Amino acid sequence: MSGQIAPPVLRTVGLTKAFGGLIAVKSVDFEVPAGSITSLIGPNGAGKTTLFNVVAGLYEPTEGHIEFLGNRVIAAPERGWLEPLLWILPPFATWALTYVVASMGGSDNLVQVLILLGLGLLITTLITAVIRPAWYGKFLTRLGIFKTARPNDMVTAGLGRTFQNIRLFANMTALENVLVGMHSRLKASPLDALLRTRQQVLEEATSAAEGRRLLGFVGLVGRDGELARNLPYGDQRRLEIARALATRPKLLLLDEPTAGMNPSETAAMMTLFGRIKTELGLPILLIEHDMRVVMGISDGITVIDHGEKIAEGTPAEVRANSRVIEAYLGKGAV
Amino acid sequence: MSIVTALLPFIILLPPFSGFGNQTDFVDGFAQAGVWVLLAVGLNVVVGLAGLLDLGYAAFFAIGAYTYAYGASPFSHNHIPFWPMLLIGAAVAAIFGLLLGAPTLRLRGDYLAIVTLGFGEIVPVVFNNSDKYTNGTNGITALYQPAIPGLFPNGFGFGNPVPYYITVAAIIAVAMILLYRLQDSRLGRAWMAVREDELAAASMGINTVTTKLLAFAIGASTSGLAGVYLSSKLAIVSPTQFGFTVSFTVLAMVVLGGMGNIWGVAVGAFVIYELQSQGLKQLNNFFASSGFPAIHLGFINIDFSTINFLNYQYLLYGLALVAMMLLRPEGLFPSRRRKAELHDVDDAGAANQELVEA
Ligand SMILES: Nc1ncnc2c1ncn2[C@@H]1O[C@H](COP(=O)(O)OP(=O)(O)OP(=O)(O)O)[C@@H](O)[C@H]1O
Ligand SMILES: [Mg+2]
Repeated sequence: MSGQIAPPVLRTVGLTKAFGGLIAVKSVDFEVPAGSITSLIGPNGAGKTTLFNVVAGLYEPTEGHIEFLGNRVIAAPERGWLEPLLWILPPFATWALTYVVASMGGSDNLVQVLILLGLGLLITTLITAVIRPAWYGKFLTRLGIFKTARPNDMVTAGLGRTFQNIRLFANMTALENVLVGMHSRLKASPLDALLRTRQQVLEEATSAAEGRRLLGFVGLVGRDGELARNLPYGDQRRLEIARALATRPKLLLLDEPTAGMNPSETAAMMTLFGRIKTELGLPILLIEHDMRVVMGISDGITVIDHGEKIAEGTPAEVRANSRVIEAYLGKGAV
Repeated sequence: MSIVTALLPFIILLPPFSGFGNQTDFVDGFAQAGVWVLLAVGLNVVVGLAGLLDLGYAAFFAIGAYTYAYGASPFSHNHIPFWPMLLIGAAVAAIFGLLLGAPTLRLRGDYLAIVTLGFGEIVPVVFNNSDKYTNGTNGITALYQPAIPGLFPNGFGFGNPVPYYITVAAIIAVAMILLYRLQDSRLGRAWMAVREDELAAASMGINTVTTKLLAFAIGASTSGLAGVYLSSKLAIVSPTQFGFTVSFTVLAMVVLGGMGNIWGVAVGAFVIYELQSQGLKQLNNFFASSGFPAIHLGFINIDFSTINFLNYQYLLYGLALVAMMLLRPEGLFPSRRRKAELHDVDDAGAANQELVEA
């Protein structure tokens, strides 16, 4: 693989996240190289999950920015004041025209139609702005307005994730959970669904087939009709991974995927991570406390403590690093 | 599935062909029940599927009704036929659904309920106070009736409820088929995902803004249909028809019928409407003629033969809701999910749940 030459999948630059006075992530620079498994480790409360959530678009960063696949996607907003101008410009232009038409003695009907048209434009632009579809975002970028990506934008860009505390859709079946993961890739509109167009029926069938295949890939063969809440704990973790894979990500974020598992379940999960890397060619950013997992499968490790990066390198380098030992075992252990 | 759905409203609205009671009254009752069935299946999208507690649903009902009044009454000097007005009413209500939805997007649970409650109160007040445009408290009267060239060229008329009954059954059939299709689609899954866990839904690529707005718009459009139909049937709209009790009643129907289950909610609405309109009347008749003895307990005298049970409609709703929450919280006809949610049937499932929450 050309892992060394390819640009990194993910890069954070001076990333800082503060919750009020508490600085959970402090000016962190790190990278996930293409095609690798990178682990993020650190003691409890170090800021690992917070870093994940900033990357996933859940929290706005206090400082710094994030590049994903070469694009700067997350950062503080720029020239945001220009956007409201954009909303009011088309309707006000229409009403100005209305005024001109009226003062030139245009017909009453025309004036009324123009007034309503302006109102329609105002509503449409405002609703578009709150929905912020992809094309609107691109349009803003072209005007030099930068808005930080929302979680769903990050998914569309190619980021799949799981949660430290499992967050499945508990009362939906395993297959439905995976289908929700495919949501942003499916094309059928509500109108297609209302009309049951052939394209929509076909898409539903192929996505269900793909969903079953994904469930099989993570080891949940034949469990597709089961409600997520009724699955055993380990299978829920697997289902979360299947759901994240369903977004067809270009980077997978896993937050403590083996937490609460016994050694044999953990070993099976490690095999799964290996297959995701080799069979799907998907880079993984992993938060993990189990050192056997971290040392066993990571290509690179980044260590953070109290929100700061304290070390990074190969498993062997990190294991020998005195600051890491100190962070984990306390001062004086070295 | 679709065929069953298509037939279902006809079945539940089927007038009994036996001779008991006045048949015209029965059919009229069914034609009226259809309004509530429509309202309930529409609110079910917002509350049951997307999990957004909307306490101001009657507002869209009012908007649909007033849209028809503008489109087809001597007051507005317009006469657009009923059939296109159905679509126009649904569209106008949907736009207002979007307008209400947009500012409430960040709200959840109690806060959303309060804001929608406010909107539900504001709309009838606006209609009430805009005398010039709505004729205020008196309402707009003499709305034109639906007509079918050839069959009913001059409108359905007041004496015969059968055409109204067939019309509303057809509207319900179409609405239910469409709602089933949406429920089983990408959008339906997105609604459920947002209801289950909004943050997780967003993290799986769902634009929660679009998803919630569409729930509001589609729920509102169904309500708009009901408004157009009802105003054409009564030939009058006035602000008093759309108060909070309407929103509350529809919500009670959705909860009692089985939140999230389209046909369960439809049957629930029908049964409740019939019980309150026919059942209570029958109860009055029964006690008036049965010679049931009055009860004397010290100061308390209860004479059933003089009680008007229709006055206790909301008390009975309250009792039914309390009983339901205690005995069958998932509603009369729950969806499979909701049943699973409220009863951990197998112990294994319960044990898993504890593990997950630990
Ligand atoms: N939403 C929040 N609001 C306020 N403080 C928060 C929030 N989320 C996290 N924190 C704080 O930020 C710090 C870092 O928390 P974080 O969850 O990122 O740690 P972690 O490294 O994932 O720990 P663990 O290994 O226990 O999961 C903690 O002190 C935590 O209390
Ligand atoms: Mg964590």
